[in-house]
Amino acid sequence: MDKIATIKKDFPIFARHPNLTYLDSAATSLKPLSVVNKIQEYYQEYSANIHRGIYQISEKATQEYEETRQVVTSFINAESEKEIVYTRSATEGLNLVATSLGSSIVGAGDEIVITIMEHHSNFVPWQQLAKKAQAKLKIIGVTPEGYLDLELDNIKYTNHISKIVNNKTKILAITYVSNVLGTINPIKEIIAQAKKINPKIIVVVDGAQAVPHMPVDVQDLGADFLVFSGHKMLGPTGIGILWGKQELFEKMPPYQYGGDMIKEVAIENTIYQDAPWKFEAGTPHIAGVIGLKEAIRYLQKIGMHKIHKREQKLLADALKRLQEEFGDNITVLGPQKSQDRAGVMAFRLADFHPHDIAQILDESHIAIRAGHHCAMPLHTYLKFSASARASFYIYNNDADIEKLITGLKKAEKTLTK
Amino acid sequence: MTIYQEIILDHYRSPRNFGILKKPSRQVAVANPLCGDKLEFTVKEEKGVVKKIAFQGEGCAISIAAASLTTEHALGKSKEKLQNLDKNLILKLLGINLSPNRVKCALLAWEGLKKVVSD
Repeated sequence: MDKIATIKKDFPIFARHPNLTYLDSAATSLKPLSVVNKIQEYYQEYSANIHRGIYQISEKATQEYEETRQVVTSFINAESEKEIVYTRSATEGLNLVATSLGSSIVGAGDEIVITIMEHHSNFVPWQQLAKKAQAKLKIIGVTPEGYLDLELDNIKYTNHISKIVNNKTKILAITYVSNVLGTINPIKEIIAQAKKINPKIIVVVDGAQAVPHMPVDVQDLGADFLVFSGHKMLGPTGIGILWGKQELFEKMPPYQYGGDMIKEVAIENTIYQDAPWKFEAGTPHIAGVIGLKEAIRYLQKIGMHKIHKREQKLLADALKRLQEEFGDNITVLGPQKSQDRAGVMAFRLADFHPHDIAQILDESHIAIRAGHHCAMPLHTYLKFSASARASFYIYNNDADIEKLITGLKKAEKTLTK
Repeated sequence: MTIYQEIILDHYRSPRNFGILKKPSRQVAVANPLCGDKLEFTVKEEKGVVKKIAFQGEGCAISIAAASLTTEHALGKSKEKLQNLDKNLILKLLGINLSPNRVKCALLAWEGLKKVVSD
């Protein structure tokens, strides 16, 4: 049988909550038993510290910990495992780049470019860096259809990229997939054209909503940095990945100082480890790193192409069914063409408050998000105070869409004045 | 159990004292930026007593119902009494148990009332 058809069985939460319709994977994903078991394996069988123990269980822990770097390397097609830094989260990866690299290359009068659809994690670090460095923060807008307002060779919008990126642009930080609009940005084309205008520009890609859902090849993208988080892709919380080009990592100063990131410490001076270890001060989240490896293996067994294809089909079905049932009463934010977007659906139903919608859905054990989804600038831009958001992952199916519709009908009945 | 009980839905669908008073003794606006909820209160007082009170704004069913019930409660009461209004009374007026996340929806009206009757 198709593995995906029986996938819910792999997720123990559905045994505990058989009626749960989980539609909040853009916030965090559920965990398969194999990941939970792998984390437990570390704590039960070799819960030693890494890199320094001259004994077997420490060596086992180190080997399991470092092996994740190889698995991540092949998962995103990095050149070497030296390009893989373990962080606490995607957010920490962005802060690391903004602090370590950003503050050394951005000066007064320079420019940083971001987009209005960024999550706060890819917005605030650059806003603050720009303030500190007295640099200019430029923001790419969004069209009414939910696409970046950026004209590229084959895409016609009002602002040509050459009006935004110039020789003063030090950093372009951009999300691959919007966590509200679902838009899959044409990252490869944007990077190619930005680098054509300014070959020295550093491009930082927020892959938090992309890497869990579709194949991502960092060499093909042409970016300089990519961040993503483990917990959105079946892995544990508290572990993220920062991928970066090795030559950039070598030039960057450490982000934090302490144990495990040094080669030698004298009273006057310290020699740091090479990258990636110089960015991993202190005892890391060892179980998290090991659990993430298992999560990636689980995804690889299904195949990222298949995951992406299936989610797009689910999304197309959902958009169609919502339209059929609610017509003009529902507004789904972002591109209406399902092939241009990921399985994240932020919506407004009539003039009902998203919190009321989420609360009424919860009465039927349907979990969605309500609020601004850590994207306040985008909601302000779209003149929406908040939206409701349903998002999909591999364990969702058409039955979940029907449950969502039944739940929304109930909300409509309750909240209509 | 649903929190959308008849009393909540009634006050949400037909909020009492909805609108804005002309020439009020005092006017205040309160907001919960995380939810986007905004309420504006106007009051007319005579000798330290609330003679008229109104609110308008936007919010979820809980915050609108809470504002409606709160203004009903405030009418005819002394400012002094309302300044010391226990927030639990608002929750009692709503007659439901709210999760910590939704308590803040209900208490926006409480915050607004306390401000509009302050000295």
